[in-house]
Formats: sequence, C-alpha cells, structure tokens
Amino acid sequence: MKKIWIGFGLACVLSLAGCGGGNPPETAKQAEPAAAPGGGAAAMPDEANGATITGKVSFDGTKPKAKAIDMSANPVCTKAHAASPATTEDVVVNDNGTLKYAFVWIKSGLPDKTWQVPTTAITLDQNGCMYKPHVIGVMAGQQIDIKNSDPTNHNIHPQPQTNQEWNESQPPGSADKMQTFGRQEVMIPVKCNIHPWMRSYIGVVAHPFFAVTGDDGSFTIKGLPPGTYTIEAWHEKYGTSDQTITVAPKESKTQDFSFKG
Amino acid sequence: MHWWGRLQPAKRCFAVFVAVCTLLLVIAGGLVTSNDAAQSVPDWPLSYGKLVPPLEGGIRFEFAHRVLAAAVAVLTLILALWSRSRLAWIAVAAMLAQGLLGGAVVTLVAPKWMPVAHACLAQLCFGIMVAIVVGQYWTRRKRVETRLDPAGTSACATLFVQTILGAAARHNLTGVVPHIAGAAVATLIVMWAGVQVLMHHMENPPFRRSAMLLLSLTFSQVFLGMGAYISRIMAADDPQPMPMMISFTVAHVAVGSLAFGAAIAMAIIVGHGGMTVA
Repeated sequence: MKKIWIGFGLACVLSLAGCGGGNPPETAKQAEPAAAPGGGAAAMPDEANGATITGKVSFDGTKPKAKAIDMSANPVCTKAHAASPATTEDVVVNDNGTLKYAFVWIKSGLPDKTWQVPTTAITLDQNGCMYKPHVIGVMAGQQIDIKNSDPTNHNIHPQPQTNQEWNESQPPGSADKMQTFGRQEVMIPVKCNIHPWMRSYIGVVAHPFFAVTGDDGSFTIKGLPPGTYTIEAWHEKYGTSDQTITVAPKESKTQDFSFKG
Repeated sequence: MHWWGRLQPAKRCFAVFVAVCTLLLVIAGGLVTSNDAAQSVPDWPLSYGKLVPPLEGGIRFEFAHRVLAAAVAVLTLILALWSRSRLAWIAVAAMLAQGLLGGAVVTLVAPKWMPVAHACLAQLCFGIMVAIVVGQYWTRRKRVETRLDPAGTSACATLFVQTILGAAARHNLTGVVPHIAGAAVATLIVMWAGVQVLMHHMENPPFRRSAMLLLSLTFSQVFLGMGAYISRIMAADDPQPMPMMISFTVAHVAVGSLAFGAAIAMAIIVGHGGMTVA
C-alpha cells in the first residue's frame, strides 16, 4: 500500500514538472514580424490610391463622473498619485463630448489577403500603477513592448478567449517584455492581479485597418481598398456599434459613431 | 490507564485544531479569489523566485494562502502519524493533491476547470477533517452495523454539488443561474434531511444537535449567498474588489464549508446508528 502511495506522489510531481509554466506558449515568443503564409508577398495599405474613413465616436448622455481609485494596497502606487488621486478610465468623455479609448476597426469586407505586419512595436507601459495607454490596437503577430516604469512589481495577465492566456511578473527595473498575439481577437482584457484596479484592453486584428480614439475622440483609417465594409466601434463600457460603409478608390468618407450613456 | 490512552484527549484537541486551520485555509483561499489576487504570483512553488516575495498588493493574499497551506499540510501529516487512521492518511493525500493542483493553477494559467477543481477539493479536504474529528470524539455505543443514512448522505451530496456550481460561477466557468437554482434545490433537500433526523431522533441529543447545526448553517448560507450576489451587483462598476463584496463572498464560502462539514458530521453520527463520547 505504501509503495502505491509513493508511486502516486512521484507520478504527480513528475507530471507537474513536465508541465513547465515559465514561458507562455505561442503568444509569448519574441516573434519576428510575420510574413505572408505560403511564402507570398504580404499586402500593404495603399495610402496613395486607397480610401480613407474618418469620424468621431461621440457620447450621448450625462457625462459619468470618474471614480477615484484607492491605491492604499501599495504605498508606491499611492505616492505616484500624491498630487491628485488616480481615477478610472473605463469611460473618458473628452471636452468636445466624444469618447476616448474607443477601438474602431474594419470588421468584415476586406479582400482575402495577408497583410504585412508592422515592424514597430506598440508600447504598453505600467506607469503610476496604471496601464498607459488604457486601450491599444495591434495587428496579429505585431510586437507589444510591455514596460514597467514603476518602482514596484507588476504581473501582466492577458485573458484572451481565442489566443493563449499567459501570466508573467515584471519586477521594477527589469527589461521590457516583447509579446505578440497570433490570432485576431477584439478585445483582450489585460489585468494586474497585484493591483486589481489595473486593467487594459488590446485589440488584435488580422489587418492594419483599425484605430483607437484619443483626446478628440476622432479616428482615421487610411489605405482601404475599394469595397463595402462593416466598420465597428468598440467601447469597454458601452459595447459595440456596427455600420456599413462603401468606399471607392481615393475616396474620403466620414463615419461617426455614438454611444448612449 | 495506559500512557497512550492518556494522550487521547490531546489527540482530539489536535484534530479539532487541524480542522480549524483547514477552515482558515479555505477562508484564505476565498480571500485570494475575492481580491482578484489568484495570479498575482506567477511562479510556484517559489514566489517571485524567492521563499518570501515582496509583500505588496495581491501578493500578500496569495503568499499568506501558500504559507497557511504548507502549515496545514504539515499539521495533517502529524495528525496522520499520531492517529494512524486510514482517514487521516486520505486527508494527507488530499492535501498533497490540493497543493499540486494549486501549483498547476498558477503555472498552467489557462484551464478554467482547474481553479474550480481546486476550490472543490478544498471543501473535500475540510470535509475529511470534519470526519476525522467526529471519529475522534464519537464511537459506536454498541456493535451495530454501520449503514448509509439516506438523509445525511443526500445532504452531503447535494451540498457538494452546490459547491461545484458555486465554484464554477465564481471562476466564470458558468453563469450564476445554475448556482442559484441549485441553492433552492439544496435548501429543500437539506431541510428534508434535517427534518427527517429531527422527527425520528428528537430524543437523541447528538442526532438533534447535528441536524439543528446543519439547518442553521444552511439557512445562514442562503442569506449570505443573497448578500454576496447583491454586493457583487452593487460593486460591478467599482475599479477593484470592495470590502463589502469581499466580506459577503468569503463568509459565503466559509459557511458553505461549515454546512458541508455539518452534513458530513450528521451523516456519520446518524449512519452509525447510536454513538457516544469515546
């Protein structure tokens, strides 16, 4: 009987040792910019002859008041906001009545092409125990440069549905982490379990036609091939809104979105 | 009296102590989940590559849970060596499996069923400890055949299923509806089981007390569940877990463990058909 128990214990330990857990699989690789599958040339947006869609994401309703974040769980975080307490960024209404941090992307209608992945990395910084910026967009396979500018520990824990979930710590002063997501997914929540108020979203798209609204709530998508598209605006709090738009070569069109508060 | 016999009261007290520590461990685990700190330490068995990590933010909850788990595992091993009972060795095996499962939850990250299994095995560990304590305090009055008491057994089974549904909802494997529906069914079955014991064994204090304890805990659990649900809805827009929600949810987890333990105690006492203090 004793031998059976010893054998069971050893089997458990060995099977767990084999599980590893150091590096997150697939998405954690420091991947080179993706080339077209099958060796063909990857397409680039044609900014000279392509269409341009511009617009703004407006907010309709009473402007919600941002909530102050209690960072007392970590004095380093409190100190970073000694002048004025940090506030929530789930809804940021700009002075012109538009929404910041809305993700706008071409949801469907693009020709069946493989698009060239940009070689520049998009930065996601942990600064003042907040993610800067709150929302980013990347192409599938594009590198994300994750920084820790704080003198405290963070863990980065994206929680995707179709990509591989992973979780890594990033001590203060450590090197940046370069990460990628291989599959299109709008949106991937990212959190820090050490500081549970820290939350960010990453939009991962298979093409380069997307944008995140900023301080003026506007967006621009350039170089679109002529065609009819479903364009979607996503917001963390207010969900999604889809519109259909048809564009001709070199045409510039406006497509606005509005979310009710 | 033989020297070994004189140690029996101490052994009983020690068994109670280990059971209390196991309940504290369940509460510590509940605090980890409620504070959203379950993945705050991404490595295991070390924490940030060290024996003692920087104790900040969610790391405090996760590390305290790990330290308490190690302590309870050692205490359970001591109890098994002392009591030499098969059940105590099963408790050791369950604790070992629970520790390895906890490590797998941390290192493998993704599978959602793993934290659910970790939460359910925690309740089983506590249930085994309760069975050990009951076994230490009570012995059969006379040589009667042990039978499976349908009331106690069904209460145990129902409460464990309810534990699974609760853990699945808590770890976003399912919605909360199955857990709420399960609560109604579990309350009815526990009421039936408790009333059965009270009706047939009202004159027997151990039977009566175990049934009353189970009913009291189950009713408390229903109200704590409502409190946990309402506080969670109220805190939906908060940037982080708030004390009200954490308190209700962790109390709901703790009383759920106690109710499951009370059902096991009742099943053992009634199943042995007549017990007395050893």
